Amino acid sequence: MSPIVLQAKGINKSFHDPITIQILKDINFTVNKGEFVSVIGKSGCGKSTLLYILSTMDTDFEGELLIDGESTRNKKEGQLALVRNEKIGFVFQFHYLLNEFSVLRNVMLPGLKLGKYSEEEVEHRAMQKLKILGIENEAHKMANQLSGGQKQRVAIARALINDPLIIMGDEPTGNLDKKNGKIVFDIFQELAQEFKQTLLIVTHDNEFANSTDRIIEMEDGRIVKL
Amino acid sequence: MNIKLLLTIAKSLLLARWRQTLVAAIGVTFSITMFITLLSFMSGLNDLLDGLILNRTAHIKLFNEIKATKDQPIDLSDKFKSSYHFIHSIKPSNARQEIYNNGAILKALHSDKRVKGIAPKIIAQVFYNVGAIDITGVINGIDVEAENKLFFFNDYVTAGNYIDLLNVPNSIILGKGAAEKMLANIGDVIQITTPKGDRIQLKVVGFFQSGLVELDKVQSYCSLATTQKLLGKSSNYITDIQIKLNDMTTAPVLAKEYANTFGIDAEDIQTANSQFETGSSIRTLISYAVGITLLIVAGFGIYNILNMMIYEKMDSIAILKATGFSGKDVNTIFVVIALSIGFFGGLVGLLFGFGLSSVIDQIPFNTASLPTIKTYPINYNPKFYTIGITFSLITTYFAGLFPARKASKIDPVVIIRGK
Repeated sequence: MSPIVLQAKGINKSFHDPITIQILKDINFTVNKGEFVSVIGKSGCGKSTLLYILSTMDTDFEGELLIDGESTRNKKEGQLALVRNEKIGFVFQFHYLLNEFSVLRNVMLPGLKLGKYSEEEVEHRAMQKLKILGIENEAHKMANQLSGGQKQRVAIARALINDPLIIMGDEPTGNLDKKNGKIVFDIFQELAQEFKQTLLIVTHDNEFANSTDRIIEMEDGRIVKL
Repeated sequence: MNIKLLLTIAKSLLLARWRQTLVAAIGVTFSITMFITLLSFMSGLNDLLDGLILNRTAHIKLFNEIKATKDQPIDLSDKFKSSYHFIHSIKPSNARQEIYNNGAILKALHSDKRVKGIAPKIIAQVFYNVGAIDITGVINGIDVEAENKLFFFNDYVTAGNYIDLLNVPNSIILGKGAAEKMLANIGDVIQITTPKGDRIQLKVVGFFQSGLVELDKVQSYCSLATTQKLLGKSSNYITDIQIKLNDMTTAPVLAKEYANTFGIDAEDIQTANSQFETGSSIRTLISYAVGITLLIVAGFGIYNILNMMIYEKMDSIAILKATGFSGKDVNTIFVVIALSIGFFGGLVGLLFGFGLSSVIDQIPFNTASLPTIKTYPINYNPKFYTIGITFSLITTYFAGLFPARKASKIDPVVIIRGK
């Protein structure tokens, strides 16, 4: 059995504005190393909310979250930022690249922030990641000169730069056409199979979900199928 | 590493919006320029006005005041020791303006380390004879070289050469106003009447213009020897000793000390000219107030621009936070942006300020009362430049701090999910 990368213990979350609505109800599950997991469910079932809690960006919840065996409960904002930086790669529905920087620089930023490698090494590693994603030729363009599909691949490269424990995706193919969606999906699959990368992807695309190792299905804030 | 990374991010954000950055920086530049110019000009004027009096005033003046003695004979009587004495109509007796034993005093002052220089002086009341009319006047008998060294005598001699007072026997440098009244030109011989009634002829070798018109109508200068001669006194007769100190602020203390040591009256410059201190300090206060107001206005400009930048860069801030930059990092980035606007804007402002004050320094400024001044006065004190850059950094820091705090508190979830 591979080690547990991520564990959710009894996570509850409510929104209090304007009236208290419970969004997540007693979420318990684990993600093991090397697993390609997808979370599916209808719009509004709380799957994105769950993902933001799992990514440590949302700290307003009840229950416990363990990443790499460590609880995030008592960590300060700065420490959580470090956890995100080192252990979690995030791919959003929208690419969120910084237009002020070149593609290469965008990929390098989290690596430079981590400061584990020298700038030259980070650059070298960034080029490798871009090569894996087949966009090394675009490295020196500015971020806003790329097409939508290319941008999303750059975002994946950025998520990969620190060799994270887990990559989380919030509808990473949601904004792409079928062809580019397919490319991104293939990339995820390749990462899972060849690099044994742990992936946790939220999607409402059942076709996408069906080709992953494991599907977590949610309904009305509960996990109905693990 | 981390700081270097934050700096490069700040730089990229700055350059990506270079027009806005430029506008903000120009605001700072403008205010620093005006701050420097205003203070340099104001302070130059202050120095000029103060110099008008202070340059020519001794820090301490030793003299004999004509006044009744404090110790009256009755005080010496044991019989009335415990009584209060009412004495009417006391008159000063045996009043001599001469400083007794001045040779010893001068010697003691010469060897005093706190003293920068001394210039003995004789003040003599005379009448200038203009035809049948006598005009009251004052002749200052001066040690010409010492007077020039300590009180810039030459600066105020507008015609003729001051050293002729020494070289030409029985010579006089007339106040400009007095000369005009007497219709005297250089080379002419004028006649004066001494208090004792003697008539003496003196040769005019120059004109003196102090900038204070009333003074110039009355005052004239002769050498010590000439004055002693026209008063019929011996060569050790002097009525005043003017002292310049190394440190002007010690004047009140030293004046008391000298008064006690030499048994003489001593007046310090602070007591004699207190109004000038007040005037210049208030002018300085006003210029600082205006300068700092300008900087604060520039600070609000920076605040606005940074606030706008934060709204524009909301996504970027969110993603930086999502990929592991902490609130503190984001805060640092925006403070760095503000500070670099302040620093570079301020630096250019210093240069422009220097340029503008140099230009003002070239503008002709001729006034009859200020013979030595040809252009507007400017004080290039490095202090203003230091204050300017410091304040520009402080105001931009605070202008950046609040937007930066706002940016650091941005919740990435709200931004990212909002799409």
